[in-house]
Amino acid sequence: MKGGFALLAVLGYFITQARERIVEVFVPEAGYGGEDPVEFLFVSGVLGWAILVFFGLLFVFVLLFYISWRMHTFRITAEVVEVRSGVIFRVNRRARLDRIQGINIARPLFPRIFGAARLEINQAGNDANVKLEYLASGAADALRREILRLASGTRTEAVAVATATATATATATANATAVAAADVARADVARTNVASADVARADGARSDGARSDDRRSVDGRSDVSHSDVPRAVATRSLVDRRLGEFLVPELDPDAAEPTSVVKLSVGRLLGSIILSTGTFVLIGVTLTIIIVSIFAREALFGLIGFVPAVLGFGSVYVRRFTKSLRYTVAGTPDGVRVGFGLLSTTNETLPPGRIHSIAISQSIFWRPLGWWEVRVNRAGQSARHGAAGQQNTTILPVGNQAEVLRVLALMLPELAEGHSDAVRLIGQGLAARPTADDAYVTSPRRARPLRWFSQRRNGFAFAPEAVLLRRGAIWRSLVIVPQARVQSVSVRQGPLLRALRLASVHLHTVAGPIVAQLGALDRDDALEFFAHAETAAVLGSASDTTHRWRSAG
Amino acid sequence: MSDRLELPAVTWRPISAKYLIAEFLGLLVTLLVALTLGVALIFTGWDAAPWILGVAVAVVLLYASLTPRRVRAIGYQLRDDDLLFRRGILFRRIVAVPYGRMQLVDINRGPLLRTLGLSDLRLVTAAASTGVAIPGLPEAEAEELRDHLVALAESRRAGI
Repeated sequence: MKGGFALLAVLGYFITQARERIVEVFVPEAGYGGEDPVEFLFVSGVLGWAILVFFGLLFVFVLLFYISWRMHTFRITAEVVEVRSGVIFRVNRRARLDRIQGINIARPLFPRIFGAARLEINQAGNDANVKLEYLASGAADALRREILRLASGTRTEAVAVATATATATATATANATAVAAADVARADVARTNVASADVARADGARSDGARSDDRRSVDGRSDVSHSDVPRAVATRSLVDRRLGEFLVPELDPDAAEPTSVVKLSVGRLLGSIILSTGTFVLIGVTLTIIIVSIFAREALFGLIGFVPAVLGFGSVYVRRFTKSLRYTVAGTPDGVRVGFGLLSTTNETLPPGRIHSIAISQSIFWRPLGWWEVRVNRAGQSARHGAAGQQNTTILPVGNQAEVLRVLALMLPELAEGHSDAVRLIGQGLAARPTADDAYVTSPRRARPLRWFSQRRNGFAFAPEAVLLRRGAIWRSLVIVPQARVQSVSVRQGPLLRALRLASVHLHTVAGPIVAQLGALDRDDALEFFAHAETAAVLGSASDTTHRWRSAG
Repeated sequence: MSDRLELPAVTWRPISAKYLIAEFLGLLVTLLVALTLGVALIFTGWDAAPWILGVAVAVVLLYASLTPRRVRAIGYQLRDDDLLFRRGILFRRIVAVPYGRMQLVDINRGPLLRTLGLSDLRLVTAAASTGVAIPGLPEAEAEELRDHLVALAESRRAGI
């Protein structure tokens, strides 16, 4: 099983770069004559040589890229994904399938034009990601499905694994794939290799572009829709296909049930960005400077110095806006899929049980509109950033309560409808004021000096399978930690808390933007929380099967 | 005193009393450094120097006087499903780590601890904030505990 790496993207980039570089070499000389470089070359009679050198270099670079592309191979077994790369410095990296934290497919604008995609398998740990750079666009999706299918533990029969060396000709690929036990997904991979071979031919690499027709069996489980798409597409011309891939909706309509999709509307995105904290800080600072300048004229110069900052803010806003366009959150059988981007697109699938904690938060500026932000802690950190510098820990940049609940249901099905207790708890967690039947254990009245406004909100509750921590009155947030993901629990008390007979509790999860900590609880409540959360963590991790999420029937 | 964090059902296993020696030696070094710096300052003829020296020495001595209690407060206990760890008097912290969550167990031995026959044991989970480090265990106990914990972790491991 192998994928073709679309070299063309790299090559195309290289060509533009290389031309600039060569021009640069000649520019200083051209400067003497005051002529443009090409003319200079023509006049001095070395144009022929220059062209020769240019194509010679180009050939060498193409060759080098081609070799490095040929050396970049991968294989998937029932246990691991293995990638080998490098010509002089060989790199061999294996990733265990049951430790996959998420799979990310990025299509930056340029490779996307050439129908290429970058696939990244996130593993827990620093710089532990496995990257497959530049697969054919369709192959990347098929490959992700296949990896997730293997990782989920669905397969009942042992799958024979084909180890195919990377070969540019599709014939060899087809042969290699024929060795493998053929199923639909695999046939897809073979087919998309044809596409990548096309790409290779387009840039001059020799390829006979043979067809692989080794589709043998279609097992009943696979949906036919996605396997038919490549065939239909293959009959069209190369340009048509590229255009088709470019114009295809960011979220493949077959990939998820429409009911599970949460989309971000442009207006709300714009609103959320405008109503961000940064904007208010900006307005505040500007106003301060203006007011001060009424009394002291010199301060007006501060305002001038402030202009670049405003421009900077503006560009950040624009970038965040364009990158978050077409934001979708959808539930697929193999986890939550988050996708975004207009020109450069990125989408990521998080298998179940890979989310270590969830924070739903609302700043005071968003409150009148009822908007919330959903962020998560994850063990794997993708090198690709999320929408405009926001780490990809933000699952939903902005959404109303109904959407938040839908996203929550995708991430933690235990908290979805049908579990009325959990839904009620979440509702109370997001509500402005604790109701009479509030199920949260909150801070006692004597905690007022430490929690001026939020004393009645500051509290915890145990839902089935998860712990809920509710915090903040002005800056509201609700932290949800799945029991199975709790690493350890601590309770602590300093002299101030001790004087008030209080204590704080902390659920340790993997590092991320969310800290599941709750301060100023009654000492006995804290100890009870400690005992209960610890038991829950032990039970949760013992019954957890999400590392092979579909294996346990 | 009843306001303090206590788990009544737990009897804590203490660390070695010899760890106190290591703590005191460490404090002695701090004291010597403070004294040297203080004396050097006095020689510069700065008026406030003796005061600063006095305060520094007083702080170190106060800390030293509390050290025996502090060391006694460090304790751990192996329960059925998790390891409990407690430390601190003024700033008390109790952590529980389920066995299945341990990613690795570390034993550290500095030169001073080695001469005393002690080891530090550190637990690492996927969460950086767990921060369980049991100092000053007798070497044999530390190794036995490590092997025990690794075996337990292996039998209960489940993902991250």
